[in-house]
Amino acid sequence: MSLTRFSPSALRHALTLLLLLCAFALPRLAGAQALQAVPALSARVIDQTATLSAPQQQALEEKLAAFEQERGSQIVVLLVPTTAPEDIAAYAFRVADSWKIGRKEVGDGLLLVVAKNDRKVRIEVARALEGAVPDLAAHRIIDRYITPAFRQGDFAGGIDAGVDALTALIRGEELPLPARGTAAADDGVSLEDLAVFLFVGVPVVGAVLNAVLGRKLGSVATAGGAGLLAQLFTGSLIMAGLAAVIALVLALAMGGSGGGRGGGGGMGGGPIIWGGGSGGRRSGGGGFRSGGGGSFGGGGASGGW
Amino acid sequence: MPATRFSRLSRFSAPLLIAATLSLSGCGYNDFQRLDEQSKAAWSEVLNQYQRRADLIPNIVSTVKGEANFEQETLTRVVEARSRATAIQVTPETLNDPQAMERFQQAQGQLGSALSRLLAVSENYPNLKANQGFQDLRVQLEGTENRITVARNKYIQTVQEYNVLARSFPTNLTAMVFSYQPKANFSVANEAEISRPPTVDFGNQQQQPAR
Repeated sequence: MSLTRFSPSALRHALTLLLLLCAFALPRLAGAQALQAVPALSARVIDQTATLSAPQQQALEEKLAAFEQERGSQIVVLLVPTTAPEDIAAYAFRVADSWKIGRKEVGDGLLLVVAKNDRKVRIEVARALEGAVPDLAAHRIIDRYITPAFRQGDFAGGIDAGVDALTALIRGEELPLPARGTAAADDGVSLEDLAVFLFVGVPVVGAVLNAVLGRKLGSVATAGGAGLLAQLFTGSLIMAGLAAVIALVLALAMGGSGGGRGGGGGMGGGPIIWGGGSGGRRSGGGGFRSGGGGSFGGGGASGGW
Repeated sequence: MPATRFSRLSRFSAPLLIAATLSLSGCGYNDFQRLDEQSKAAWSEVLNQYQRRADLIPNIVSTVKGEANFEQETLTRVVEARSRATAIQVTPETLNDPQAMERFQQAQGQLGSALSRLLAVSENYPNLKANQGFQDLRVQLEGTENRITVARNKYIQTVQEYNVLARSFPTNLTAMVFSYQPKANFSVANEAEISRPPTVDFGNQQQQPAR
């Protein structure tokens, strides 16, 4: 790829074309495909093998919930029949990386995966906990607490003992304690995003619509569009009304001295590119949700029985 | 009327300015910057984990040396591969130099296979298997290999995203104007070796793999 192949005038043409074309470029959609489905994070204990009885599952769930209340770290136990075609390390990492368990600002998450038919178990440790649970410690917990019980067929006991050992290690680490009272939840789009949209997007769109439809109709259309978008993004009627009113005022003010209809110079504004986008809305519902802060780097250990 | 002329000018130029800004970000200029930085960071993590592996090897070698009559050839191969791998200077510029990338990958790949050979052979020595220190080092090495895999995957994904941006329309025009080249990605180091079917020899006990 060399620039010398193009004559200067062609290059200049290309440059002007570039600016024009790109104005119409849509935001690219991130295309990522999953090889194998990651189970939905519905609880702290997810048993796809029907190994644990309901009371055992309940007890483990409560223990993990109590630990999160106490120290803030999130621990999730996942039992699957098999991880094929991947090995357990690759599967556990993929699950952990997509769940991102761990507090948003601390990132302290830990995942215990049991692949029952493969007879393999893995502790996947988030980076924030690699100091508390180094690979060696994870390996010893698997070796001394988990697999001996598994060999006897006592899955609940093995998991329970493993979780106890893990929580003891995490307790020894100086991590920030969870704050009392709930932190303010961030809802997709903030006021600032909306303000940027109103004061940047509306004049551009308003100018175009005013030129095409005339001042009154154009302003009303702009206001309606702004209100609709605000409604879509925030889901609140008050915000939508507010946005519509502001947009109407702005559009009318713009068109105020813009000359009669049809006479104005064509405005070169393209469609708004709405870059703010709410990143990954959390799937609500259920008693448990990931803190979304866990960053996993492949730390942890595996074992078999 | 200078006042109205000024206001008319600003009224006209403000949307133009906005449109220019929007089109520049539509061109992916900022995406290029973001992904370039991200790929550099991902690459640093790859190096970091390779370094961690290289740091573990002296301990492993000295533990294995303690084992009398351990296969000397396997051991020296690991030591040599390590010194070759650590001798290669890696700078951020390596990323834009496919040949340097390939040399680096090759050296690390050889070290990886020498190490896995060492671990496989060590299965034949009961003393080593019972040695807690050696087993601990094994666990750490395994963890490091996992981290290398994760770091490499992260790098591969970032570079893929960057290269897609550099090649697809219309951002390829931006790449052309600013002369952003697609980055070199990881390839399989020993392609010829793995495309050849393995020779299975049941007579030779030493060839037995670890797992």
